[in-house]
Amino acid sequence: MSVRAGFRQKAGAALWRRPWLRGALTLSPPLLWFLVIYLTSLVVMLITAFFSVNSLTGNVVYQWTWSNFSQIFTQSVYGSIILRTLLMAILVTITDALFALPFAFYLAKVAGRRWRQLLLSLLLMPLWASYLAKVYAWINILSNKGVLPDLESHLGLPLTHIAYTNTAMWIVFSYLWLPFMIVPIYGAFERVPNSLLEASSDLGAGSWQTFRWVILPMVLPGIVAGSIFTFSLTLGDFITPLLIGGSSSNFIGNAIYDSAINGGNLPFAAALAFVSIAIMAVYLLLAKFAGAFEAL
Amino acid sequence: MKLSFPTRMALAVLAVAVVLFLFAPLLVIIYFAFGKSNVQTFPIHHFTTYWFGVAWNDPAVRGALWLSLKAGFFATAIALILGTLVAFGIHRFKFFGRDTISLLLVLPIALPGIVTGLALQSAFNLAGIPFSLYTIIIGHATFCIVVVFNNVIARLRRTSMTLIEASADLGATPLQTFRLVTMPTLSTAIVAGALLAFALSFDEVIVTTFTAGAQNTLPLWIFGAIRLGQQLPEVNAVVVGVIALTMVPIVIAARISGGEGLGGSTRL
Repeated sequence: MSVRAGFRQKAGAALWRRPWLRGALTLSPPLLWFLVIYLTSLVVMLITAFFSVNSLTGNVVYQWTWSNFSQIFTQSVYGSIILRTLLMAILVTITDALFALPFAFYLAKVAGRRWRQLLLSLLLMPLWASYLAKVYAWINILSNKGVLPDLESHLGLPLTHIAYTNTAMWIVFSYLWLPFMIVPIYGAFERVPNSLLEASSDLGAGSWQTFRWVILPMVLPGIVAGSIFTFSLTLGDFITPLLIGGSSSNFIGNAIYDSAINGGNLPFAAALAFVSIAIMAVYLLLAKFAGAFEAL
Repeated sequence: MKLSFPTRMALAVLAVAVVLFLFAPLLVIIYFAFGKSNVQTFPIHHFTTYWFGVAWNDPAVRGALWLSLKAGFFATAIALILGTLVAFGIHRFKFFGRDTISLLLVLPIALPGIVTGLALQSAFNLAGIPFSLYTIIIGHATFCIVVVFNNVIARLRRTSMTLIEASADLGATPLQTFRLVTMPTLSTAIVAGALLAFALSFDEVIVTTFTAGAQNTLPLWIFGAIRLGQQLPEVNAVVVGVIALTMVPIVIAARISGGEGLGGSTRL
């Protein structure tokens, strides 16, 4: 055996005997990335929320102040923005769950194997197709000269006029996030063993009873996981409100975008982001109790 | 569970309706991309590929496409290495704080994208780092790591440790075991993860808004053009091109991985 091969084998054996060393070597590059780049940035942002901006120069003034937060909590406009965003997130989450549950149930437990394969592969395109393409498609559908008014007038139906309203926002958000609700719920349904369903019906439960008392408790983590996506995506979006919504479609995302990008007020944007982190933190804590992280 | 025939039929109808609902807007946009007219009218009278040519020869679109490809390539490379490493670390070693690391990894997609974007912008601002290709890559890599991680750890959980122990017992060095045993079982999962990460990066717009400064990636160009309401027929063509380009890695990833990890933790 050559000296080099001997060394390699020794080094290998040494590593094999010291799992902590192997662990440290494997984990330190990704952990460093997350600590140095991601977590540090989050901390910087949270600190920035307590700074302010010099109104003349536009530079950040590094002096501790509560002014951003007092502005958010005393000016009613921000209260209504936060409330509107929360209501929209809840509404979209419920809508998507109502469609995703029967759909995923059918896919996982009722449809035949080939039919399921077909539907699953068909889901791939709407799931991954460009987000902006979808939003843009909806502009073309809903706008006053779009497909929907055209269809309505052809069919002699009354025009709905939902372009640039919060109804349009609700439809488009529900459309955009539906696949993100379907996928984790489908995964949860797949993990329900068929034998359990047979046992339930052997013991005399009807389909509704089986669904309510056997299936639903087992897919709840999937629903919560999906709702984390729908919630966080709605909280973080400013593009759909800008392009689909109207004058009354100001959401947290828009307020952050406006102050950071257009207004040049990074500290105020950071304070608003703080609010959405707080909302998500509460939501994630609730989700943890429901055991949803396993299904993420 | 025995379902009555009407229930089964109702579920089937609902399933088809959901798929149609998900597809309809995409079909609308693809249909419009082939219209000749400057204003979008329905139905189209002249079918043409004219706007695809216009888009392809537009230097702004080309520049944005090139920037998106570069950012996607490097972000994927970083996510590939770091995502695979962390999957190995979490799967192989039991240690205090393992759950915290899993939580940390999903944070960039569990928290709104705007938070990640603004956090990075705040940090770049404080550190005096100017916006560049690198700032875009850093943002993209951060949320792409979890995609690779998900794919690799799903595969690791399904492969048995005994193979690796057997390899070591038979005298292979860890490097040999890694090259000859571990990699072949993981390769498709890693490639699928990388393809998904690239697709995610190629389409991302929210984080990028905060890390690109004045640069235009392709999604940023599309967003700007829609907002200004100019060049809309060209936007149609670009958007359809983006759909086609994203679907290539997705379909390949689905084929080679048998569909695992395709849905979970997609974002976003």
